[in-house]
Formats: sequence, structure tokens, C-alpha cells
Amino acid sequence: MIPADDTTLPRPVPDGPAVDLDRAATTPLRPEARAAMAPFLAGRYGNPSSAHALGRDAMRAVDEAREQLADLLGCAPSEIVFTSGGTEADVHAVTGGIPTRADRVVCSAVEHPAVLATVTALGGSTVAVHRDGRIDLDALAAELSSPGKVGLVSVMAANNEVGTLNDLAEVAAVVAVHAPGAVLHTDAVQAAAWLDLRRVATPAALVSVSAHKFGGPRGVGALVVRSGTPLRALLPGGGQELGRRSGTTHVAGIVGMAAALSALDRERDEVVRRVSRLRDRLESELSGVPGVVPTVVSSTPRLAGTAHLLIDDVDSEPLLFLLDDAGVRASAASACASGAAAASHVLAAIGADTAEEGRRRGALRLTLGHDATDGQVERAVEVIAATVERLRAPAPRLTPDREG
Amino acid sequence: MRVLAAMSGGVDSSVAVALLQERGHDVVGVTMRLWGGPSDTGCCSATEVADARRAAARLGVEHHVFDFSEEFDRHVVDPYVADHAAGRTPNPCVECNRHLKFDALVQRADVLGFDAVATGHHARIVTDADGRHLVARGVDVAKDQSYVLHPIVDSDLGRVLMPVGEMTKDRVRARAAALGLRTATKPDSQDVCFITRAEGRAAFLAERMALHPADIRDVDGRTLGRTDAVELVTIGQRRGLGLAGGADRRFVVDVDVAARTVTVGPPERLVGDGVALDQVRWAGGRPLAPGTEVAVQCSAHGEVRPATVDTAGAASATIRWRSPQRRVAPGQSVVLFGQTADGVEVVLGGGTSAPGDGDPSGLGELQQLPGS
Repeated sequence: MIPADDTTLPRPVPDGPAVDLDRAATTPLRPEARAAMAPFLAGRYGNPSSAHALGRDAMRAVDEAREQLADLLGCAPSEIVFTSGGTEADVHAVTGGIPTRADRVVCSAVEHPAVLATVTALGGSTVAVHRDGRIDLDALAAELSSPGKVGLVSVMAANNEVGTLNDLAEVAAVVAVHAPGAVLHTDAVQAAAWLDLRRVATPAALVSVSAHKFGGPRGVGALVVRSGTPLRALLPGGGQELGRRSGTTHVAGIVGMAAALSALDRERDEVVRRVSRLRDRLESELSGVPGVVPTVVSSTPRLAGTAHLLIDDVDSEPLLFLLDDAGVRASAASACASGAAAASHVLAAIGADTAEEGRRRGALRLTLGHDATDGQVERAVEVIAATVERLRAPAPRLTPDREG
Repeated sequence: MRVLAAMSGGVDSSVAVALLQERGHDVVGVTMRLWGGPSDTGCCSATEVADARRAAARLGVEHHVFDFSEEFDRHVVDPYVADHAAGRTPNPCVECNRHLKFDALVQRADVLGFDAVATGHHARIVTDADGRHLVARGVDVAKDQSYVLHPIVDSDLGRVLMPVGEMTKDRVRARAAALGLRTATKPDSQDVCFITRAEGRAAFLAERMALHPADIRDVDGRTLGRTDAVELVTIGQRRGLGLAGGADRRFVVDVDVAARTVTVGPPERLVGDGVALDQVRWAGGRPLAPGTEVAVQCSAHGEVRPATVDTAGAASATIRWRSPQRRVAPGQSVVLFGQTADGVEVVLGGGTSAPGDGDPSGLGELQQLPGS
């Protein structure tokens, strides 16, 4: 019940359809992936490790998916190791890819926690990034030149919070000069949904991807391991994936991942053009709200679907609550396990801390999907602008009438 | 009404949500993430959040997690450490209720457009003849939590609902079972949520402050032994001092952190005539008149002592026991109860036992202490 005297309040926003602007967290399963998976969730349930007809049928499907993915990722089929997702691919790459345990591991300060926590656990070090989120190549060179042999360098292709892209060819060149012999890994989990990894990821010897970020199912991913790159197994056991990753093969997931990436690849250029225009519109219209600024300048090379904003005098948590209430699904930083908004290491690393000089500043990540529309952008702008205004107004008092 | 319900993951707050729904309210559940460190039973460990989420799902209400860990550090953990450093024995649950549940959460509810905030406390809120909202004891006296709610005295109480305060714990558990809530048989939470049994209070504090060794003396000044950490010793404590066992029963009767001295003595030295309070908050902002008879509670589930208000200032008071009573460790919450016209026991005020209340010689001297 809304009290009668409460005319200043709430619902400044007219009702409208829900808008999912959190597609960096996950994406809906593409119809092509669902169709490709269906037989393997039904009659074609064989285990590829079985020698009989059911098993051979499943093995054939996995082989075909592996070839399809190899073509899409710019590698040979034998260079693909299927994993349970992006985190496993990252952890496997970092822990299994260092030539010897005595070697140092280095990563950028804005890596996904899967990389960052693994590097930290191995006693590794992080390298500063620029204000736009790109790795500082001079800092990287200095870190690689400091004492102790560097065995592995991990630099993400695209950041999951602000969307900034790294030029992996430049990174590889610095590694080649200052730490020859070090293995370069890239977390391409976010990049795979928007960029052609055949073009951008080839400088890296190890490349992580995750199916559900690009319209595939959850629970499956891949690590590209270019030939000549030694990789210790993370999971010992039955010896699947040429001994590099044991565990019964997730046939339906693998087939779905290949189908999703293949479908995406066919329409990639058109999607990127259309969505980046929508993202630019979203960001520029929201920048018209007083005290709202893009976190990284809009000319920064970044993912087509990512907009990231800093909002003065608003806390992220209540902002997200009210946006959700109005049907706009967004995120403060990246999705985290507990559900509560936590401080972002990415914003701290790029120097865009949300609490500067005692002033509150909320962070808002809006990530568009491949199916984004002008209508979604208009709805989001309307809801966000009204919600920011409401949060800045003096808090209304709750009704003093007790009727509990 | 649109109600924001704090859900700890325990049985009481789960049933509170169900009762509010039955009364026709539109309820949203929230678990406050308060403590980022390890916890045995805390309201914010991952399993507690999951229990709250499952209870909310069972009851058909939305569930959110709000991060108040910065506020918890600032208002609960930091003062807890500072109190120990100053030789006081704090009540962190009182501070948490005051600053987190009844300040941060109520403010957040305002911002989000809720009409009221609900919790699963065993306490009630009543309105007296003057229209003031007062915290009253819950129906289940053994589970009553009005003691830890005593600082909530202002108008915020008008927007707070505590539906399980009307029920006994047995009935709460029975309702939870009838509703199919998995929390029905969950044990009550105990102890300080941010200190684990494995780590313990001493290790927790040692990580955050300097602990100092001190001499242990008897009341005649003879040195009997030594303790590693004067900050961890509390008035009334008998065990854990490593003193050789004697025929006498010896208790800690004084802790002087600055002088690094712990004094032990016979139980009669633990007795005093009254207690001086600081940081007092009065129900409705109205100090009690000197001479008012009150029932005084000095620990979460401690016995009630009959007493008289001796002096009452805006934020201080002195209380005289009807008969001599065991002294209250500095820093402990001391809560004054009285009865409404219809016989409901309500919080009339409360504060913390003032430093210096170590002198057993009587109230006269207490009143001269600075700050009391």
C-alpha cells in the first residue's frame, strides 16, 4: 500500500517490457545450438570413449564439432582441449602452461578472477593498465625484465567489465623481446562473442573460451593449446582429450558450442556494426544525464556490446535493485557468486574508483546482446535516467503508520 | 504495505516473512552481507545466504543480498576492537542492530520505496499513551531479544515490524515445519558471528590490535602471576588466568589496561551498590525521573535486577540496585525496563556500563568519575 500523502514517490517509470542488458554475464541459448544438441540429450547418448556403435556415433559428432571450432578459432582440431567452461580453461592454462614451477607468472591487473586468483596463488605478479583498461606495455616490459625467469604471461583479449580490447600482437611482441620463451595465454571468454579469434587471438599460445557467453550452453568451454606448447593435465584420469583433460566428454555441450559459434560467425559483421551503433547511442544518451560519464572514453577499442558508466551521488546496489524492479537487468561490475555488489578490482586498477574524495559514485555495466534493438535502448535510457534522478532526491520517509 | 524483510537464514526471520504475507503485505526478502571473513554461524556466510534464499523461494518472495560489509566493519568490528583495547567488554550484537539493521537497512528501504522494514527478532513494538513507540519484550521470555535492541528508541520504530515477537519459539518452529521450511529445526545462532570457534576471540583481536602482558595481583598488591593479554580479561572472570589453584575462590575484580594490572579478589569484592552508564539512549528521547523504579538487565539473557534511577542526564545515568549486586564490566549494555499501563514490559532506556565502575566502595565515588 502506498500512503496517500506520498505523492512525490515512487514508480517514476512507466511500465514496459523487461530488457536484459547483462549479456556479458550470460546469453540465451541460440536456436541453432539447441537444435544441434537435442539428439545428444535423447537417443544419441553414447560415450565417445565406447568402441561400439553408440560410442562411435558420439565420437564422430565430437570430431565434427572439434573441426568446426578449430576453423572458427584459427587452430588445428588437435589443438583444442574441451573444458567445463571459461574458469577451467583459464586455471588449466595458467597452472598447466608454466614450463616449470620455478618460473614466474605475470598477468594484467584487470584479469578475470579465474586468472587473477590463480596467478596470485602461484605467487605471480600483476602489471598495471592504462586509464582506458589496456595493459601498459612499458610496465609489462619492465615486469618481464625484472629478475627471475618468466614462464607464462596472461593478458585478456577483452575485459569483462569495461570491455576494453588488448592488442595481443603488441603484447606478444613485448613478451618475445623481454621474456623470450614465455608462454602467452589470453582469456578470450568475452572476446569470442564479438571478435573473430582467427584474427585477434593467434599471437597467443593458449586461448580460453566459454560457450555460454556466445549463445552456447553453460558448462562447456575450450582451451586452444597451440602445437609445441607443453601443457600439464589438470585432471588426471581416463585420458580423454589426448590425455590433457580427463573426464567423460560433454558431447551435447561441445556440439552446441560449435553450432553457436558457427551461427554467430556467419552474422558477425552485421551484428557488430548494428550493436556498436546501439551501444554508442545508449552511452551518449545516458551521458546526457547530469553526473553520468562513460568509464572509458568512447573512442577506446572495445567490445561492441559493452557500455560502462560512472554515476555521481548514486550507489550501485540500490540503483541495480530499482532497475531490476523496473525490468532493466544490469550489473555493477561483473556477476559475482554471492549476488551482492562488491568493489571492482578493475575499476580500482584503471583509476576509476567509485569512492573518490568522499563522493559516492556508482558503477553501471550495460551489456547488449546480439539481438539488441533501438526499443531496448530507449527503454533503458528512460528507466535509468528516471531512477538516477529518484535516487538523488532526498529519501522519502517510510510511512509512520503502523499496521503490522 | 510493501515490506523489506531482513532474512538471516534462520527460522525466525523465515517465519516472520510468512506472517507478513498472511497479513497481506507485499514482502521482499534481503540478506545483509555484513562480514567478509570466516564465520561459524554468522548471518552472512554463504550457507546462511543460501538458507535465506531457499526460504524466500519456498514462501514465494523475491530475495536479494545487500552488501553492508563496509558499514559493519566501521560500526561493529572496529569499535569491538577499540573497546577491547580500552579494556571494555563490548556487545557487538547491540551495535549491529543499532547501526546496521535499524539504520543502514531502514535507510536503504527508504531509498527503495518500501513502507516498512521487518526482522525476525523476538521482541515487540508497542505504542504508549503518548504515542511513543517502545521496544517491548517478546512473548517468549527465554528468547526475548529486546536487550540487544535497546538503542532503537527513535521514530524509526514506527516503521519496523517484528512479527515473531508475538510467538513462542516452539510455535515459530512449528509454523516453519508446517510451511515446509528447511530452517524449522535449525539451531539458534550463538556467539559473535565474526569470530569462529577455531580461531577464537584472542586470535581475532591479536590480528587487529596490540595485546599487552600484565601483572595479576591480589587486592593487597601482591603479585600472583602474569597474563599475556590484559585486554582479554573481564571483570568477574575466574578461569583462564593460570593462577595456581588455592582454597579461595578468586575472581577478577579490576582490570586496568593503562597500568597493565589485573586485580583478583574474593567474590564479595565483585559486588557493588550500583552502576554508572554512559552512551545512554532514552525511549522517546525522554530521560527517566530520578527515583523511578526499573528492572535492569546487564547481559543478553541475564537475570533482571530491581533498581532505582539515581540520576539521569541526556546521555548518562546512575542506577542504584535495591540490594548489592555483582558489578557490571565496563562496556556492557545495561538496559532499563519498566511496565506500561497494561503490564507489558518495555525498554525505557539503556546505555553502557561506564569505565571506572570498578570501585566496589559504592556509588558516591562513581558519580565523581569523569564522563559518568
